[in-house]
Amino acid sequence: MLGEGILKGLGETAKNFAGSFVSKERLTTVQYPEERVAPIENTRDFPFLVYDGDDKLAGLRCVACQICEKECPPKCIYIVKSTDKKPDFVGKPQIYPARFDIDISVCMSCQICVEVCPFEAIKMDTEFELSTTDRFGGLLFDRDHLAKSNEHYHRIHPTEAAEVDARLAEEKAKVEAKAKAAAEAAAAKAAATPVAKPAPVKESGA
Amino acid sequence: MSQSSPFWTNFDQVFVLLRHWIESFFPLWLQPAVGTVLGVVAIVAAFPGIFALTTVLERKGLGRMQNRLGPNRVGPLGILQPVADGIKSLTKEDIVPLTADAAVHFLAPVVLVIAVFLGFAVLPIGRNMVLANLDAGLLFFFAIGASTELSVFMAGWSSRNKYSLLGAMRAVAQMISYEVPLLLSSVVAVMIAGSLSTVKIVEAQSGFTGIFPHWYVFTPWGFAGFALFVVAALAETNRSPFDLPEGESELVAGYFTEYSGFKFALFFLGEYLGMFSIAGFAITLFLGGWGAPLSILGFVPSWAWFFAKLFCAIAFFIWLRGTLPRLRQDQLMNFAWKFMLPMSLLNLLVAGAWRFLGEGWSRWVFGSAVLLLAYGLLGRVLMRHQHLGARSYRYAD
Amino acid sequence: MIFGLSVVFVLTSILTVAGALAAALLKNLVHCALSLTVTFAGLALLYLQLDAQFAGFSQILVYIGAVAILVVFAILLTRGSGIPEYRSYSSSWLAGVAIAAGVFALLAWAVVTSLPASPASAAPQVSVQQIGQALMSGYVLPLEIVAVLLTVALIGAVIVAMPEASKGDAK
Repeated sequence: MLGEGILKGLGETAKNFAGSFVSKERLTTVQYPEERVAPIENTRDFPFLVYDGDDKLAGLRCVACQICEKECPPKCIYIVKSTDKKPDFVGKPQIYPARFDIDISVCMSCQICVEVCPFEAIKMDTEFELSTTDRFGGLLFDRDHLAKSNEHYHRIHPTEAAEVDARLAEEKAKVEAKAKAAAEAAAAKAAATPVAKPAPVKESGA
Repeated sequence: MSQSSPFWTNFDQVFVLLRHWIESFFPLWLQPAVGTVLGVVAIVAAFPGIFALTTVLERKGLGRMQNRLGPNRVGPLGILQPVADGIKSLTKEDIVPLTADAAVHFLAPVVLVIAVFLGFAVLPIGRNMVLANLDAGLLFFFAIGASTELSVFMAGWSSRNKYSLLGAMRAVAQMISYEVPLLLSSVVAVMIAGSLSTVKIVEAQSGFTGIFPHWYVFTPWGFAGFALFVVAALAETNRSPFDLPEGESELVAGYFTEYSGFKFALFFLGEYLGMFSIAGFAITLFLGGWGAPLSILGFVPSWAWFFAKLFCAIAFFIWLRGTLPRLRQDQLMNFAWKFMLPMSLLNLLVAGAWRFLGEGWSRWVFGSAVLLLAYGLLGRVLMRHQHLGARSYRYAD
Repeated sequence: MIFGLSVVFVLTSILTVAGALAAALLKNLVHCALSLTVTFAGLALLYLQLDAQFAGFSQILVYIGAVAILVVFAILLTRGSGIPEYRSYSSSWLAGVAIAAGVFALLAWAVVTSLPASPASAAPQVSVQQIGQALMSGYVLPLEIVAVLLTVALIGAVIVAMPEASKGDAK
């Protein structure tokens, strides 16, 4: 009948109007910034560098391999390698980034840097209230600003962090097992042959 | 009886008494002029005040209908939002395009606001509370309403802008097409009341049978006339769902694209005031004006009933705006000429039959039957080419 | 009272005549149409001064609300979309002035000879009801003829504006 649809529509909006005073599902507004919606786990915004332990520099996982700098589509990462080395999580001396700058006004949150990093050193943060009145350097984050602890990583992405930790622990265990096996083989070889023939020293971490 | 006690009568006539008291300070020959000036001041103060309230109520009402809050930061519950809007529109830069017709561009909102304010002069707001008791009051109102179309055209033409001109042509076509059902549906009330004067039409509806009022909306032809009048009134004031000329997603802003600052605020004011005056007319013609809905409630002052009904009408318009999608231009025009015009002509027939069939149940049956039959038949005939069912998508499945 | 005429009448007539002169003399066609509207409004005010409420308001409703819109639509849809470039005075203006003076003389003679001998007689109180009754009893034939004329105009407009779908299909 003519006009039936209009009456049904009017009923629906009246339900919305009346329901918005009583039920939450009919009034879905969150009064930002007094109230906030808790972000879901897969939220991502801008990258940050992960460090293990307490010392920002000593535990920093990044080895300045510059893969993320090359893969970044808008080229917002700027890395300068260091001249000296420091031991990484398995104990092998690695170079570290002397400078690691990300310009977050350019970053497009594509997560490619996270996907290509072989050392699980760069992950996505969830912080978005980053507006600043400083036009010139306020949105350029340096290494100290970007380095955040593994505990922070666990807080924002618990499942992912747990997986990453499991993987790293596995690798470390493998490396240690290999080193132990190599050391035992070397000790056995040294005990078996009295002639001091230098046994080939296996490189650890291979 | 409590309804005729002096207190309630005085309360009902409090504004009239106030006016007489102020007039008494002036010499006799000046008193009519003073009375008129007081009435004009009251109208100019009251109705823009209602306009300010309506803007915030509309935004909050629409928000609630759309599952969100409306403005709620300025003042408690956002009540002072119109103050913020007013300050904003007054302090914005007044941009006039270089090639625009400056004189006509300036005069368009002026003509609109003048025409709209003039329309309030014959609206009976309460018992003995009408600014100008003209014998041809209804005709005056429609004549003034026709002048608003001219201002719309002036606005669209003078901006020298394709979108404005297109919006203005659409708006004028729409307003002219809906003038005819508007006038015809109001003629039935004039026929039965026997006068073009708004005061007499309201007085003709002020009787009661038992406790039920004699409002025209409770008769078959009155109900149909009221429905037709309200739809045509929505179209006359370019109000959703007939707001194609000013549709924000269609034509930037239609005929007031090139207006900024205070002139835009004047257009906005003119549009809303037009809505109030035509809603006031619908109330006067069909809903008994300042009359009470039940005879036992007669002690409530007449002006309170008028504003209560006006408030209900505004709420209904806001409700419609939140519900219906915009009509396309051809749908609009088809609706006016093919559906509303025949229905209003049939309504005239039914009202005439009502008058001549005399008292009794036969005129109710005849009126209702003719109108329902026409509604159903016209609906079927006009919709026979429309296949409205569940939508089917060719590729997205 | 100026020259025996009321101030309101003088002001209204100045408005009307100014509007008419502007409608004839302005260069921009849309401005001419709008000043014609001012003339119509002045005429309506004159009717209202004479207490002919129905005639005055119908003048506003019909002339300003419909005829003026019609005039501007005609301008829009035909040529008035640009700023006019040429002057609108024709070369045979002397003949025009002569004809206008002749028409004015005729109208003035008609008006002056129809005035009553004694002025200030009571103006007839014509109510809308009387107009309606006259239309339905004495003037029914003109009413019906006008109705037929309007219907013909409406049908003609629809036919002129109808899209030509049936023609030109002989391919």
